[in-house]
Amino acid sequence: MKSAVDSNTVLWGQTIIYTAYVLAIMALMAWFAYNIVRTGPSKIKPAVFYAFVAFLVTTGVSLHIITYNTIPWTKVDLHGKNTPTAQQFEITVADHKFQLPSERLDVQCGKLVEFNVISKDLTYGFGLFRSDNSMVFQMQVIPGHDNIIKWNFLKNEVLSIRSTEYSGPEGSQMIVKDAVHVTGCTK
Amino acid sequence: MSFVQTLIGGNKGSFKPESLTPMQKLTLRYVVVGLVYYAFAAIEGMIMRIYQVKPISFIPPKQYFGILTAHPLVGIFGSTYMLVFGAFLFLVPMLLKKPLWSFKLANWTWGLITVGTFTFWLDGFISHYAPLYTLYWPLPADFNVFHPLSGAIFITGIALIMVGTLLFVLNIFKTITYTPDGAAPVNGKLMLLDSLGFTGLFNLFRGRRRNQEEDYLTPLPIVAIARGTVDTLFNALIITGTGVLILIYMIAELMGHSLRTSAIDALLYKNWFWWGLDLIADGLVLIYVAGVWYLLAMLITGKKLFMQKWARAALALEMVVSWTVWSHHLLSDQSQPAILKVVSGEMVTAFELITTGLAFFITLATLWSARPLKMTNPLKFLIGGLLGFALAIPAGIMQADVGLNRILHNTQWIIGPHVHVAILVGLTMTLYSVVYFLLPILTNGAELWSQKLANLHFWLHLLGGIGMGGFMGMAGLHGMLRRTIYYNGEYEGYMWLAALSGSLLLIALGVFLFNIVMTLGLRGAIGVFKKSDLDARELLPQ
Repeated sequence: MKSAVDSNTVLWGQTIIYTAYVLAIMALMAWFAYNIVRTGPSKIKPAVFYAFVAFLVTTGVSLHIITYNTIPWTKVDLHGKNTPTAQQFEITVADHKFQLPSERLDVQCGKLVEFNVISKDLTYGFGLFRSDNSMVFQMQVIPGHDNIIKWNFLKNEVLSIRSTEYSGPEGSQMIVKDAVHVTGCTK
Repeated sequence: MSFVQTLIGGNKGSFKPESLTPMQKLTLRYVVVGLVYYAFAAIEGMIMRIYQVKPISFIPPKQYFGILTAHPLVGIFGSTYMLVFGAFLFLVPMLLKKPLWSFKLANWTWGLITVGTFTFWLDGFISHYAPLYTLYWPLPADFNVFHPLSGAIFITGIALIMVGTLLFVLNIFKTITYTPDGAAPVNGKLMLLDSLGFTGLFNLFRGRRRNQEEDYLTPLPIVAIARGTVDTLFNALIITGTGVLILIYMIAELMGHSLRTSAIDALLYKNWFWWGLDLIADGLVLIYVAGVWYLLAMLITGKKLFMQKWARAALALEMVVSWTVWSHHLLSDQSQPAILKVVSGEMVTAFELITTGLAFFITLATLWSARPLKMTNPLKFLIGGLLGFALAIPAGIMQADVGLNRILHNTQWIIGPHVHVAILVGLTMTLYSVVYFLLPILTNGAELWSQKLANLHFWLHLLGGIGMGGFMGMAGLHGMLRRTIYYNGEYEGYMWLAALSGSLLLIALGVFLFNIVMTLGLRGAIGVFKKSDLDARELLPQ
């Protein structure tokens, strides 16, 4: 987890790739619609079909291989159950309210931090958001189970907690402003 | 003809409802109710779009979430199920060249879905019961939030729809397998095995090959309908079981015996529910849509399908895939086993790129093989539908990734570029293609009032659907969540653009309905609901 890649970097990458794809597929369909009403060669060789199948398989598989190796939190998410953390915070949720261990959670930059969120009643969500409302991460919080996420913060910033799952009309008010303070980053 | 004459009597008076068979009338009734509920969903959607720009003061948050709960259910069951079931109850007998097994059952399906949809919609409107479509346990049975009586009525409405759905399933499979009076005997067991893909599976082990389409007992579109209907059956059973479970809690509460909500494991319930729910989104929708694409491509071109054997195999694969993909909805659940996240959530889900990609390619190749084609309404809407799924499926595959899901789950990305583009552009444009194709068949040759309005309908719907999904997605990438309310204009710019795009969709619907009313006339539309004197076993007038 030494990479400087955060959610903003990943989402920018996704935006560029998906936008390029959207433009390409729209251009392809426009070309198809333009030419389908015109005379011209109409035979498609089976080889083209099999090449397309191979392309789909390659794309489907390579997406996960690329993200596994480039998105820094993926490996901790999948294999980090026993990975030690520098800090641990236990947060309780009940009756549509977050109960934090202290009013302000101070987080050290560059250290793996554990958030254990326990629901006493309903299914909620737990997400951290920057001041511009962009998301750092989120997870589901379900009652009767461990809801533990381990995260490495890379920038000095002040983050807000917000429930990211619908838990009834009161759920949209489940926000704790400026609850998490990340400090200690030198860059 | 004057405008008023056309409005009352239809375009050139060419639609004569008294000439329709009971099956034609029934199918048109499915279409009419399906479109009315689509209008419900579209208006609700527009209200929510405005609400996301700025909360509307006279609609309290409870009402907003009531709308948010009813909106997808009305869209899926009241509109899509109605349109798809109506089309298939007509097309299956047409393709198999025999009458529907039970006209009476088809009427019951129509009635139950119509009444069931209205029941839960009205209940949600009045009582604000709003556990949302995802029903995460124990929210639907949490009586601090919702009243058990309103929940019980809501569940009853859904139950009526599920009974209607089960009758549809029975009717479809019986129609495939039964022998009509006086006809040559049909081996129902073989027909069933063939339509579900077991014959092909057995032949793999027997070393037999079927090279000609004539070697198959059931036509390809019937195969798609049969395999999609398996998922429809499983889904109906899961939804019914879930409803019964919730109802037990509600009735107990109403009788003064509160059950502990913790009696159900929330994670187990979530797995069970998503397994069943995904049979719609990742099952019957994709299988039915592929079947409809194939059918339309063959009907539009008059040619055989490109790579038919692959198409059949892909339909079988899609059915199996749909039973094993549910875990992509639980990638952000920390207690969900990692093996399920990777195998079911990522790897099996990636197969949907392949199966839908195959259907996409096969349909385009079949159309291409018959060029030059005339750009008819069914063709242009079919191309729109293909584009919709080509945009939405990769968006879904991206979010079905452990790394990306951590920052995409429950954002507007999910509901915009994936769900709404898939439903509004992919599915709805495919259904519009079917409606435009079947219109002259179901009306005995009624002529569309305005081709210009049909073109306008196409462009407004296409641009509105892609635009709305796109702007919602951009907001999602900047952290905007779904199923919540933003009070401080955090995403106002994107939401204005999404609302403007949504208004194009609403105008498109208005243009389409106006064109249809002018085609059939108000008298003709009413006539659809009058009893036909013709034989119910006849699909079309002799």
